[in-house]
Amino acid sequence: MDTTEALDMPIPDQLEETVISGKKDIDLTTVGDYTTENPRMKIRDVNVFYGAKQAVFDVNLDIGSNSVVSMIGPSGCGKTTLLRCLNRMNDTIDGCRVEGRVEMDGKNVYARKVDPVLLRARVGMVFQKPNPFPKSIFDNVAYGPRIHGLVRDRTDLEEIVHTSLERAGLLDEVKDRLDQPGTGLSGGQQQRLCIARAIAVSPEVILMDEPCSALDPIATARIEELIGELRKNFSIAIVTHSMQQAARVSQRTAYFHLGYLVEVGPTKDIFTMPKHQLTEEYITGRFG
Amino acid sequence: MSRAEQIVSGLARRQRAEKRFRAYGITAILLGMSFLVLLFTSIIANGYQAFTQTYIELPIYFDPEVIDPNGDRDPQALFSADYWKLVKTSMYQQFPQVSGRSGRREVTRIMSGGSAFDLRERVIENPDLIGTTQRVWLVADDDIDMLMKGYIDREVPEDERRLNDRMIGYVDTLDEAGIVERKFNTTFFTAGDSREPEQAGILGALMGSFLTLIVTLLLSFPIGVAAAIYLEEFAPRNRFIDLIEININNLAAVPSIIFGLLGLAIFINWFGMPRSTPVVGGLVLTLMTLPTIIIASRVSIQAVPPSIKEAALGVGASRMQAMFHHVLPIAMPGMLTGTIIGMAQALGESAPLLMIGMVAFIVEPPSGFTDPATALPVQIYLWSDSPERGFTERTSAAILVLLAFLVTMNATAVYLRKKIAKRF
Ligand SMILES: Nc1ncnc2c1ncn2[C@@H]1O[C@H](COP(=O)(O)OP(=O)(O)OP(=O)(O)O)[C@@H](O)[C@H]1O
Ligand SMILES: [Mg+2]
Repeated sequence: MDTTEALDMPIPDQLEETVISGKKDIDLTTVGDYTTENPRMKIRDVNVFYGAKQAVFDVNLDIGSNSVVSMIGPSGCGKTTLLRCLNRMNDTIDGCRVEGRVEMDGKNVYARKVDPVLLRARVGMVFQKPNPFPKSIFDNVAYGPRIHGLVRDRTDLEEIVHTSLERAGLLDEVKDRLDQPGTGLSGGQQQRLCIARAIAVSPEVILMDEPCSALDPIATARIEELIGELRKNFSIAIVTHSMQQAARVSQRTAYFHLGYLVEVGPTKDIFTMPKHQLTEEYITGRFG
Repeated sequence: MSRAEQIVSGLARRQRAEKRFRAYGITAILLGMSFLVLLFTSIIANGYQAFTQTYIELPIYFDPEVIDPNGDRDPQALFSADYWKLVKTSMYQQFPQVSGRSGRREVTRIMSGGSAFDLRERVIENPDLIGTTQRVWLVADDDIDMLMKGYIDREVPEDERRLNDRMIGYVDTLDEAGIVERKFNTTFFTAGDSREPEQAGILGALMGSFLTLIVTLLLSFPIGVAAAIYLEEFAPRNRFIDLIEININNLAAVPSIIFGLLGLAIFINWFGMPRSTPVVGGLVLTLMTLPTIIIASRVSIQAVPPSIKEAALGVGASRMQAMFHHVLPIAMPGMLTGTIIGMAQALGESAPLLMIGMVAFIVEPPSGFTDPATALPVQIYLWSDSPERGFTERTSAAILVLLAFLVTMNATAVYLRKKIAKRF
């Protein structure tokens, strides 16, 4: 609304304080270098609105090739919202508006001629809440390859399903009951099924929204191992509430607060010497 | 009082409230059930007699002089011969003592005019009957039927009942000879309407309703579901669409007779479609059923968790694929429920059909969508308006047929719904 219009205008320095305070008072001088060499996707000046309410403010961030960037921050700070900008899942929400650029291979994915269907085949997503289709385990994983015509015959398809389930660490538990409904699995199994479903179409970028929040430590370890392996071929952005996980799996970490990107940098720097007070409070557990 | 005690003291109250609520529920269900039982008992009590009919076994001489005077078995001649004469002759033989015009007329009044058609059918089917004498069970007149079913009180003074003492005497004679019997009333299920109760059947109306509903289903289900999908998934959010939505909801509340007038004006007067036909009836009922189906379909689409759609979109399904592969199968049972409610309404609807002429007196059961036809509720209305006692019981029997139709339709829908639901 008014705030965004104000944002787009060049603002004289002395006025900036008053305008920004209309939003939130966050010191953004220590954000750090949001770029990375060899970026796969670039987020530039992105603002996201739900109706009149702004959820993401002026975010710039690169998703590097063959690396993992983790997004951390307190609940409601806009991590999911930003993640969903990358594959245009926000299009499905009524009243959600995205401003700014999200680039993939130098092209804005929000350009008119970009087909979100193709984009989502290239940028896969694992949602915060496990959401298997109410169909068989096999069909859950096979759905993506089927609709994109990635397989020639049943044998191909079975192979994709098996390797995807294997990589998601689920195959051993379900190989005898691939024809059973995916909704009959436990919460953690469902989440791994969703991971298998996402990697079955071999996307170039994988967005993971708290993929391990419903998993036990063993399954979590398996997923983290998978992420490490996927990194060799894919680019990954992962939202997590576990600092240890971010430290284990990611090369870069971005800390968000109330819709702002407060600090971003190599993971070990963020965790060992955070520059911003909010970041420090959050990673040391003093926040909230 | 400790916290636990506090909760315990409230617990009894909460349990009592729950018990009370359950009692209300059971009372409501029992009340509903008892009304249903009352309704069914009264209809069945009134109607079950219509499923049997009085037949009289007569020796019939298939007189070649009457049936086939030229002896060439010409189908046209066989068809137009005076079979009633055979019945009359046989009846006179049963009561040789009766003479004089009026006496003989009374004797022949025992039999239904329909027995002549019966004989004609037998001869056309098997012309070898000509020249032989056969014992044939023939339908009695509806007054005799009523007498046999006990609806005519013999104690009532003679001039106040439909049969005089002489006729009752004839029937008793036949009965004593053991040639009067109540048999299953096949006519009721194989004939169209008739002025004579004993020749009237429900098949015409049943076929009319069936054909009409086929048209209704084939049009309203796909159109309704498609409209619901469009409105839910693809329609832009603007004033125009809001207006459409409001109007769909309003249409659901428009009295059905208005749809009949609309059908009369548009389909018959403007498009020049034939009157009284199932196709026009189906179109009119489609207009009436569409809002119900659209509303039910939209509600069931909305009830599908959005996460399912997101999951599909997330792996790169198009909006249409997400809809048809994932949302629609889950919404389908709800859509079928809406459809069945709409179809049940359509089945019971008579007012709009009156407007488009499906109230005509139609003897021949329709065999196609453009044959003149009537429908079950209209037939019930027509029969309930007739004074003969024979039509009273046929009215109830027709209601039973209507209910059976409804139950079959619902059972099919429930079966389909189960089958769809099982796939997941
Ligand atoms: N569909 C929506 N409609 C309106 N507001 C929304 C919607 N989704 C999210 N929001 C708002 O946007 C802000 C950011 O939400 P988001 O889901 O991105 O947070 P998050 O960082 O993912 O939180 P969490 O860690 O709890 O998942 C919140 O204030 C939330 O209330
Ligand atoms: Mg989230």
